[in-house]
Amino acid sequence: MNNKTVYKARVLFREEIAKGVFVLRFTRDFPFKAGQMLWVRYPDDGPARLYSIASGEEEPFFEILFDVVENGALTPVLSKVLPGESVWISEPTGKFTNNGEPAVWIATGTGIAPFVSMARTGLFHHNMLIQGGRSRNSFYYHEVFEKLPFFRYVKCMSRETGEGYFQGRVTDFIKNSYQPLPERQHLLCGSAEMVVEVRDLLIGKGVPFNNIISEIYF
Amino acid sequence: MEALYGKTLEELKEVAARAGLPSFSAKQMATWLYQKHINDIDQMTDISKKGRDYLKQNYIFGLTPPVKVQVSADGTKKYLYTHGERRYIEAAYIPDDDRATLCVSSQVGCKMGCLFCMTGKQGFQANLTSNEILNQIRSLPERESLTNVVYMGMGEPMDNLDNVLKSLSILTAEWGYGWSPKRITVSTVGILPAMKDFIEKSQVHLALSLHSPFEDERKTLMPVENVYHLPEVISLIRSYDWSRQRRISFEYIMFKGINDTPRHVNGLTRLLNGLPCRINLIRFHSIPGTPLESSDEETIKEFKDKLNAKGILTTLRASRGQDIYAACGLLSTKELVKKQKPEG
Repeated sequence: MNNKTVYKARVLFREEIAKGVFVLRFTRDFPFKAGQMLWVRYPDDGPARLYSIASGEEEPFFEILFDVVENGALTPVLSKVLPGESVWISEPTGKFTNNGEPAVWIATGTGIAPFVSMARTGLFHHNMLIQGGRSRNSFYYHEVFEKLPFFRYVKCMSRETGEGYFQGRVTDFIKNSYQPLPERQHLLCGSAEMVVEVRDLLIGKGVPFNNIISEIYF
Repeated sequence: MEALYGKTLEELKEVAARAGLPSFSAKQMATWLYQKHINDIDQMTDISKKGRDYLKQNYIFGLTPPVKVQVSADGTKKYLYTHGERRYIEAAYIPDDDRATLCVSSQVGCKMGCLFCMTGKQGFQANLTSNEILNQIRSLPERESLTNVVYMGMGEPMDNLDNVLKSLSILTAEWGYGWSPKRITVSTVGILPAMKDFIEKSQVHLALSLHSPFEDERKTLMPVENVYHLPEVISLIRSYDWSRQRRISFEYIMFKGINDTPRHVNGLTRLLNGLPCRINLIRFHSIPGTPLESSDEETIKEFKDKLNAKGILTTLRASRGQDIYAACGLLSTKELVKKQKPEG
């Protein structure tokens, strides 16, 4: 693992929230900042991977979101961990954090996790979330964002249509229906393809590159 | 079928066992593959006919010539190799007086998303195998004249460490090409766990893509900074001895008004104080859609002189092949886009 010290955490909850997509909750012994990550290892001699924390700073547990990678070294076994069993974690790490000013969050897939943490921490006032997904069940944690006051939530759905959804990908929305405030910080989280494409579009629309902070799931 | 070329001695031993050959055949195969430079299994004349038949039935030799080359006025050549039906990788051959360096790719595309890099715009498509990494060297028409290899082409080597280490082992082992590790440099954006493994499992030089001494500024250029923080990366580097044969260098692209000020000179001096190292300053070759520009020549010279005056050995890398899309990723992205466009 990256951090030298490895801690044992007891699994409290596991749920498959969409096909092959899991939420895992485990005991917490450390403070953290919304947007940070954890190294998670299972079993104790297994491989470790980084996951963004999806729980809020004041919640008494850590929560992560992951999708099962076919032939992956960790996620197929992690998806079968039962409450009461233990996983091994590092101290929270990472600098993908909100600077306290209103921001625009852009995410696809499990890249939504750090923004869930920020929302649950209360760092959402006057923010906007642009979330991309293929179908209705790709909008993980939509219930968290739908009830937030003073918050704009855009769901971009690329393979289905439906009321309340923008029809198309995140990049289509940004290209055709979004006029950014250049001084506003834009936080991007997801695949390299999405991050690079969105970043180029935002820069093309006048957002200075140093107002665009990206987290790529390596 | 799997390729025979690009297998390590250990893997060739497994091949020999499966073929029913004596274990010393592995060494014989390695000699044919990496020292006698054959290109056909039938040329392995000290392997039994039965053994060769088994190899031919179960393995391909595994050499793929480049499909395209662009030649710069300054002698730099950019070779394009296919990867599958729709993808491309690049290798840049850079002759310079008595040196000739090949810059090889380790991945098709890249996940790192650095703001100044064209390869990142392709996204990540695949890891290269050790066969595909070494093929860029073995199938190079100028192979005999090569003096150095740098892993600074497409992709992040530490994100494909197993294959990179295998290729390095074949390049440097006595049963392989037998190159001195001093002829090889591997570059990274700073993926900590893999860097540690790399430093401990190989002897070749390491280059870190630095581009800013300040974390908050670096993270706007390089998303990896959000995950693996510069002070931890430098701390890991400091925990090893770089004062002997092995070299650590820092790549620093000069961006106008972004990272080329006296404040950055001071930041670099503090960050690298006391570390036996070299900074390579690089002029920025502009890529489409980037908000970044290269610093002007006067600023670059001043920056270099100030760092040298502060005791940090700093050199300026000559710009090569600007007329042939020398910036890594430009040519393959162009070809990829061409393939993706509907015909007619």
